Amino acid sequence: MRSDRAPLGLKIAAGAGLAFMHLPIVLIFVYAFTTEDKSYQWPPPGLTLKWFGVTWNRPDVWEALSLSLRVAAISTAIALVLGTLCAAAVSRTKFFGREAISLMVILPIALPGIITGISLRSAFNLADIPFSFWTIVLGHATFCVVVVYNNAVARFRRTSGSLVEASMDLGADGFQTFRHVILPNIATALLAGGMLAFALSFDEVIVTTFTAGQQQTLPIWMLEELVRPRERPVTNVVAMMVALVTLLPILGAYYLTRGTDTVAGQGK
Amino acid sequence: MNTAAVRFKGVSRHYGSVRAVDEVDLSIAEGEFFAMLGPSGSGKTTCLRLIAGFDQPTAGEITIFGEDTRGVPPYKRHVNTVFQDYALFPHMNVLDNVAYGLMIAGMPKAERHKRAEGALELVALPGFGGRKPSELSGGQRQRVALARALINEPRVLLLDEPLGALDLKLREQMQQELKDLQRKLGITFIFVTHDQGEALSMADRVAVFNDGKIVQIGKPEDVYYRPEVPFVADFVGSSNVLPPHVVEKIAGKWTHASVRPEAVSLVDAGLGVDGLHATVHSTAFLGTATRVSLDLDGFSMVALLPKGTRIPETGEQVHVKWSPEDLHLMDTA
Repeated sequence: MRSDRAPLGLKIAAGAGLAFMHLPIVLIFVYAFTTEDKSYQWPPPGLTLKWFGVTWNRPDVWEALSLSLRVAAISTAIALVLGTLCAAAVSRTKFFGREAISLMVILPIALPGIITGISLRSAFNLADIPFSFWTIVLGHATFCVVVVYNNAVARFRRTSGSLVEASMDLGADGFQTFRHVILPNIATALLAGGMLAFALSFDEVIVTTFTAGQQQTLPIWMLEELVRPRERPVTNVVAMMVALVTLLPILGAYYLTRGTDTVAGQGK
Repeated sequence: MNTAAVRFKGVSRHYGSVRAVDEVDLSIAEGEFFAMLGPSGSGKTTCLRLIAGFDQPTAGEITIFGEDTRGVPPYKRHVNTVFQDYALFPHMNVLDNVAYGLMIAGMPKAERHKRAEGALELVALPGFGGRKPSELSGGQRQRVALARALINEPRVLLLDEPLGALDLKLREQMQQELKDLQRKLGITFIFVTHDQGEALSMADRVAVFNDGKIVQIGKPEDVYYRPEVPFVADFVGSSNVLPPHVVEKIAGKWTHASVRPEAVSLVDAGLGVDGLHATVHSTAFLGTATRVSLDLDGFSMVALLPKGTRIPETGEQVHVKWSPEDLHLMDTA
C-alpha cells in the first residue's frame, strides 16, 4: 500500500479533466455508427455499419487520403534531409550567426500557421508559382523540418563529438563515418522526428488552405464536408480512421525516444 | 640519425588572436616514448590534434616519417589516437569497436574478429568482446580504446590524457602497463598529460609546454633537476625558484636559480649560522615528510622536512640552508 495516495477530490478532478478532453472524441466515434445522417442527434436513433461501406465507395475520400499521404511522405523526406544537415551544422561547428540560424529554423513552428500560410501564399504569387501539389509540400516542409531538427539536434548534443574523430582516426572517410557511426547513433531520433513530422503534416489545415490550389487534403476535405451536409457520418468514419492512423506514429515516436537520456559515447 | 617519426618545423596554430601553438620545433624519434607536459591551455593537446590531422597548422610543417602531412586527412595518416573520453562507439559491442579499423579497411568478418580477440588479449581483456562499452568500468574502456587504436598497427600512437579519468591506484597500474606495452611493440608513443609525475615516470623524453611554446625538452631527470626556466622548475618539480637578486648574493650571477624542496634545511635563527632569513608561514604534515612554507624577503620558498627533524612553529624565525651543489642556476635560459 502506498502511503502517498492522492486525495479523492484530486482524483475526481483529474478524471473529469481527462474526460473533458477525450469524451468528445468518443462522440465522434459513436456518430460514425448512427443511422441518422442529416443532423447529429443524441442519443443516436440506431446503430449501423453501413457508413463504412459508403465511405469505401466514395472516390473523393480516396483522392484526399492519397494526396494527404503523398504530401506527408514527401514533406517528411525533405525534412529528414534538411533537418539532419541543419542539426549537424548547428551542434557540431561554431560559426558566425549560429544562434540566429537555430532560432530561424525553429520559428515556423512558433509562428501562427496563418502567418506562415499568408506569407507563403503571397511569396508564391509574387514569384508566379502556380499552386500545386508541390506548394502544399513546401508549406508543410517548413514546420516538418523543425520537428526533425529538434529531435536530431538533441541527439547530436548528447553524442560525443570525439566519436566522429575516432572513426576518422581509424581510417573511415566522411561517408563511412556517417554510415557506421553517425547514422546508427541518431537513427531512433530521426525515426521519432520523422513520425511526428508525418503526423503533423497529415492533419494540417491552416497552412494547407493557403498553399493548396484545387486539391483537397484529407483535413480540408473533412472541413468542407461539415458545412455541406451530405451523408454526414462518412466524415465521422474518416475522422475515426485518421485518429487511429495518426496515433500509431506518435506512440511509436514516444517509445523510440524513451530511455535515451544517457550521453552516447561518453567514457565517464 | 634515422628519419624522425614526427617532426615539427616552426609549427603554429592560431585561433584568431589566440596563439594555441606558437612556432614549435620538435623532433620525436622512432620508438620513443614522448610526453607532452603542460597546464591546460598550453597547446599540448592542439599539437596532438595537429599530428592526428583533426586540425591544420596555420604555419609551419609537420612531417610523419619524412612525409609532409599538409592536406592529408586523418583517415590517411598512419597514426592512431586514444581519446581522453575513449570515444568508444556506444552502438557496437567491444569486439566490433576494436575491429572497426579493420572493418573499414574491408577485412572479412571472421578474420577481423579473430584479430580483435588477439588485440583484446594484448590489453588483458580476453573474452570481453560481447559486451557493450556501457557495461565496462573506466579502466576497461581505456583498454578497449587502446586495443582499438593498436589494431591498425599505427607507426605512432597518440594518447590524449588517457589516464585522466581513472582513480589513483588504477592510474599507477596503467602507467606501468602502457610502458611495458610500448617496449613490447616498439612503436612511438606520444603522450599528452598535465600530470608531471606521469610524464616523468613514463617518458623517455618530456617536452614542457607553456603558452603555446615548448619551454624545455629533455630527459625526465634533466627537466626535473635542471630546469632551464622558472616555469619548468615550478610546474614540473614544484621547485623553489630564487629571484636573480638573491642568486647574485649567493652565487655572484644575475640569474634565476632553483632549489628542490627536499634539499632545503632549516636552522634556528638564534644559532648564528649563515643563511637566508625566513619566517615560517605554515606547515603541513604529509605522512613521510612535513612541508614548511616560508616567507623570505619578497619571495617564498617551500622546504620538505623528513620525519625526525624538528618542525618549526608558524611565525618562527629561521635560517634557510642547502648544499651548494643543490643550487641549480638557470643561466642557460
